[in-house]
Amino acid sequence: MKLHGAEIADTFAEAFPMWGSRVLITAATPAWALEAGRSMTGFATSVIGCKCEASIERELAGDETPDGRPGVSALLFAMDREGVGKRLVERVGQCVLTSPTAACFNGVDAEDTVDVGGQLRFFGDGYQASKVLDGQRFWRVPVMEGEFLVQERFGVVKGVAGGNIIMLGRDAESALQAAEAAASAMRSVEGVIMPFPGGIARSGSKVGSRYSALPASTNDVLCPTLRGQIEHTDVPSDVEAVFEIVIDGLALEPVREAMRRGLVAAAKAGASHVTAGNYGGKLGPHHIYLRELMP
Amino acid sequence: MTLTLTLREQPEAPLEADVLTPDRLAAAEDVAALPVWHGNERARVGDFFAVSGAGDDVRLEGDLSRVGFVGAGMTAGRLTVAGDVGLHAGAGMRGGELHVEGDAGDWAGAGMRGGTLVVRGSAGSQLGGVYPGERAGMRGGEIVVHGDAGPRAGAGVRRGLIAVAGRLGEAAGLRMLAGTIVALGGLGPRAGAGMRRGSIVTMAPVTPLATFVFSCIYRPPFLRLYLRRLRALGLAVSHDLLDARYERWCGDGLELRRGEILILEA
Repeated sequence: MKLHGAEIADTFAEAFPMWGSRVLITAATPAWALEAGRSMTGFATSVIGCKCEASIERELAGDETPDGRPGVSALLFAMDREGVGKRLVERVGQCVLTSPTAACFNGVDAEDTVDVGGQLRFFGDGYQASKVLDGQRFWRVPVMEGEFLVQERFGVVKGVAGGNIIMLGRDAESALQAAEAAASAMRSVEGVIMPFPGGIARSGSKVGSRYSALPASTNDVLCPTLRGQIEHTDVPSDVEAVFEIVIDGLALEPVREAMRRGLVAAAKAGASHVTAGNYGGKLGPHHIYLRELMP
Repeated sequence: MTLTLTLREQPEAPLEADVLTPDRLAAAEDVAALPVWHGNERARVGDFFAVSGAGDDVRLEGDLSRVGFVGAGMTAGRLTVAGDVGLHAGAGMRGGELHVEGDAGDWAGAGMRGGTLVVRGSAGSQLGGVYPGERAGMRGGEIVVHGDAGPRAGAGVRRGLIAVAGRLGEAAGLRMLAGTIVALGGLGPRAGAGMRRGSIVTMAPVTPLATFVFSCIYRPPFLRLYLRRLRALGLAVSHDLLDARYERWCGDGLELRRGEILILEA
C-alpha cells in the first residue's frame, strides 16, 4: 500500500489491556503546572523498566480545571489497578505535593477508584483536614508554602497499551522528521499519551534476550547497523533509521485514531515506510491493522 | 410533569405537613387524603390545598409561612415553594432539591443529610442547625441562602456546605464539628464559638473570639473549589474572591483548635 509516497506495510499493531488513570494538576501559573506534570510523568516510558507508563496528555485552560487555575492533564498506566494506585501515590506524593502552588485532582469518572489523597494525607502528621464537596472528598495537607490540596480517590479504567507505528526513513533526519510530525498529530487526540521522550522511541525492543536477566532487548531486525550482521532483517536497503511511537490510551478508539493521524502525518512528512509492531497476535487482544487506518 | 398544590387560605393554626415531599406525594394514591396536623387536630392535605397534576416535580403555591416541615426528610425529586415557607423546611432531607422562592422560617435544613436546599429570600435561626438532644446538626448536602440568615446558623454541623449571600446572625457555626459555612455578607458576633473542626469563611471584616489564634494570610486552595461551586449554585461570587488572600484564624482554643475562620483580607 502507498500513502503520500510512503510504503505502508500490511500488518497490525498488537495492543493489550492496561489500567489507566487521568490526573489533573493545577498551579498558579501554566509554567508551574507543566513543571509538576513533567516531574510526575518522568521516568515512565515503559512499564518494563519504570513500573508504569505516563506522560502529559495536554495543557488545560483555567475553565477546564476544578479550581479554575491553569493546569495539565496526565495519563498514567500500569499492569493492574493496584499498580496504578501505588504509582500515583508515589508520583503525586514526590512530584506534585512538593511542587510550588500545585494541586491535584482526579480526571476520569470511573466505577473503579484507587485511594491517593487518602494515603498522602498522612504527610500532614495529624494536621491534615478533609473537605467533602459535591460527594467528593479532598485532603488539605499543610506544607511550608501553605496547603497542598489533593482529591482522595482517582478513577481507574481498563485502557489499551501498546498501540504503535514504526517509521522508516532514507536517512536519520527524514525519519526523525516523519516521527516528529506523527507525534505532533497524535497529540491532538484526547485520551492518549505517547510515553517515550518527545513521544518517540529510537530503541524499539523485542521480547526476551540472549541474557536471561533481561525481559526485553534491542529489536535487531529493525536495527540498520545490524543489516550486514544478521541472517534476517526488516530494514530495506534504502533505509538508514527507524523510529517507533508507542501509544497508550484510556480506550481503544482513541488509540486507533492517534495511529491513524500519525500514519498520515508520517507519510506526508517523508517517511519511506510505515509499519507496526506485533507479536504474531499472541500477546494482545487488540489488533489494529494499518490498512484499516488508511484514509 | 408537575404536581401543583395550591394553598386555598391561611390555616388558623400552624400546619405540620411533612407529607409534602416529592417522594411521598408521588407514591400516594390520593394526595388529598394524606394526613397533616392542623394545630393539635388531624386533617388532610385536601382540607387546605387544591391538587392538580402529578409527578415528582412538585410546586407549592400560596403563602406557606404557617406550614411547617415542608420537604422534611425528602430523599429525591424537586420541590418548589412559590413564596415563603414555615418552620423546619427541608429538615432532615437526604436528597433531591428544595427551592424556596421566598423566606424560610427557623430550623430550615436542620439535621439535613443530603440534597440541596435553596432559599431565594432569607432564612430564620438555626439554619442547618442541631436539634436539642441530637449529637450533630447538618451532616451532608448543600444549603444556599440568597438573603440573610438568623442566629446560630450551622450550629453543630458535622458535614456539608452552608452558603449565605447576606449576613449571618450571631454564633454562626456554634459548636460545629466539621463542614463549611460561607458568609459572603459577613458574620455576626461569636462566630465559631466552641467549634472543634470545620471552616467558617467570611468576606467582610470581623474580629474573632479571643479564643481564636491568628495563623497567616494565604490563598486557601480548597476555597477556590467551594467558591466555584457556589457560582454553579447561583450565588454571585466575583473572580476577585477566588484569587484573594484570607486571614486564617484557628480555634476554638477552648476545644480542639482544629477549626478555622477565614477572613477576606481587607
